[in-house]
Amino acid sequence: MLYESSPVAIAIFAAFVLSVIGLSFYLGRKGQSAQGYYAAHGEIHWFVNGIAFAGDYLSAASFLGICGMIAFNGYDGFLYSIGFLAGWIVALFVIAEPIKALGKFTFADALDSRFNSRGIKLAVAISTLVVSIFYLIPQMVGAGDLIVPLLGLPHTAGVILVGVAVTMIVVTAGMVSTTWVQFIKGSLLVVFCGILAAMILNRGLVVGSGPAANLTPQVRTVTRDGTVLIDGVRQSKDHDLRPVGTLKALPERYAGKNATGPLRPLEYLSVLEDSTIVTWSSAKHTDDAGTHTTFTPVERKGSDLLKPGGYFRGLTTGKLADRLDFASLMLALFCGTASLPHILIRYYTVKDAAAARKSTVVGIAAIGAFYVLTLYLGLGAMTSAALDPTSTNMAAPLLAKSFSTTLFAIISAIAFTTVLGTVSGLIMAGSGAVAHDLVENVCGIPLTDHEKVRCGKIAAVGLGIIAMVLGVLFHSFNVSFLVGWAFNIAASANLPALVMLLFWPRTTKQGIVAAVTVGMVSSLAWILLSADTFEKVYGWSRETSIVPFSQPGLVTIPLGFLVLVVVSLLTPPTKAPRRHG
Amino acid sequence: MARSESQGPAVTASSRIGLALFWIYVLLYGGFIGLVLFRPDLLSRRPFGGVNLAIAYGMGLIAGAFVLAIIYMAACRVVDRPGPPRT
Repeated sequence: MLYESSPVAIAIFAAFVLSVIGLSFYLGRKGQSAQGYYAAHGEIHWFVNGIAFAGDYLSAASFLGICGMIAFNGYDGFLYSIGFLAGWIVALFVIAEPIKALGKFTFADALDSRFNSRGIKLAVAISTLVVSIFYLIPQMVGAGDLIVPLLGLPHTAGVILVGVAVTMIVVTAGMVSTTWVQFIKGSLLVVFCGILAAMILNRGLVVGSGPAANLTPQVRTVTRDGTVLIDGVRQSKDHDLRPVGTLKALPERYAGKNATGPLRPLEYLSVLEDSTIVTWSSAKHTDDAGTHTTFTPVERKGSDLLKPGGYFRGLTTGKLADRLDFASLMLALFCGTASLPHILIRYYTVKDAAAARKSTVVGIAAIGAFYVLTLYLGLGAMTSAALDPTSTNMAAPLLAKSFSTTLFAIISAIAFTTVLGTVSGLIMAGSGAVAHDLVENVCGIPLTDHEKVRCGKIAAVGLGIIAMVLGVLFHSFNVSFLVGWAFNIAASANLPALVMLLFWPRTTKQGIVAAVTVGMVSSLAWILLSADTFEKVYGWSRETSIVPFSQPGLVTIPLGFLVLVVVSLLTPPTKAPRRHG
Repeated sequence: MARSESQGPAVTASSRIGLALFWIYVLLYGGFIGLVLFRPDLLSRRPFGGVNLAIAYGMGLIAGAFVLAIIYMAACRVVDRPGPPRT
């Protein structure tokens, strides 16, 4: 769909972004030492850190991706919410206190705390970079998607804008500015999503009218020379794709009415379940004229949309491989959170283990509240008659637009700061891995405090450029889908080593190096050989893929544990553990 | 924090509580995934009148995580409290 930018939207967006960057410059003087740059001096208050956890974690995948997935496919998007939150249980009950006690700046510090091994530092630094880069891709894709309707600029411009802004945030004050950007973003996200959910409930459910109620199929053609046609006519403001996503009929108890009026939270879900909704499927084919995407309306019962199987079709086919694929994803989401380097380094910004614990509980409260709200946002978007059939990632901002342009601008600007907050955390984790782990500890180049900060800033610029390139290359993907990959790699590479280090004294440094390396390489290889990658990245047939299902976690996480145990038993135990905390 | 040397560096009194709560949540989460995988028909039912079991269980898992987190906080506060001075 073509979007028109509004001056109000541009002004609100500019105010948000400039405020965040201004704050970073203001805080710049606090991040001059290595301890300040990488760990904010360990002086962040636990409550601020807890909300910053939410700001760090609630990425474009959570906000844009899940809302879009629920809006287009129903309940299955909520399964991502459940899995994402469940991962915090591992973080709180298993990881939080020990990681605070064992580490200093980076995840490698914690894993290497007993061994002083260059092998561990190298393996973990590479794993940190791989996970961070895989996690960066969906954030940048989400940023690009937002810029299109908000500023009327192309997708690439959004990617570059977020890349430049985030690099500035990280380079100016490191973890101090990153923390405050994440705190502001986390607060705004939860509050405004709450407001939007309240507006959805207040509006209730309304039977569709206007262009969105026209249920004839639509065809979008991209010709060989790049011209876009809608139903055979050149796309323009006057001839564009119609918005989709409507309620066709309310339950019988509302007979004769076309709107329910305000509904209570559970009542909203109950009424929706008894309603009839029109969603849209898409099918693509290519011929000599170009690539044609046909969007076809599908009338569905609310009860079918509010149960599993809309997106994870394999749950209804009964095929074992499809079920294993789903189980694998849910395992990766559960295990992945506590293995994400940009989340783990946040534990170094508070003063002690008790503060780490308390901040995790605050994070769980904020993140849990947000995920409940996403269900309403997604379902609200599904029936808002405002969805763009070409972009699942735009569901939440377009839902806001169905209320007012100002709210659309605010939500889009918050979504953009969502990307800023998460990307800055990822770049912080990556720059720490490069400067502290690779340059100083692995290469053995002695760095003064000042040089360590400068090295981290140079690494941040490099990572920012990589993020921008990848954001352009992967622009057509759903961001939640992409984040699933990052969780799989993180859980496979990092969790086995971390858990066994904490709970199995027989763990050796060789075992850790082997587990991290095998977990990372096997999960990465599995993803690259999977049906999803064959189809969506290479453009090949799914049937030619090599591995039986796409999500690797079910195989590669246990493989990481197994490799660690076997290698540790085959190598001499560490004699005198160096203990911290 | 009391630490057991034979069980690894992370085994403290509070971590034992954490692990117990962790396994409770694993059972709840595993039960949900099991239903999605093997008995999705049960998730369509409305045992509580209004919303179906899929929504109720999903929201319950989110709320349950917060409840367990609060229990953990309270338990750790008791465990971490310094004991009376020895005489």
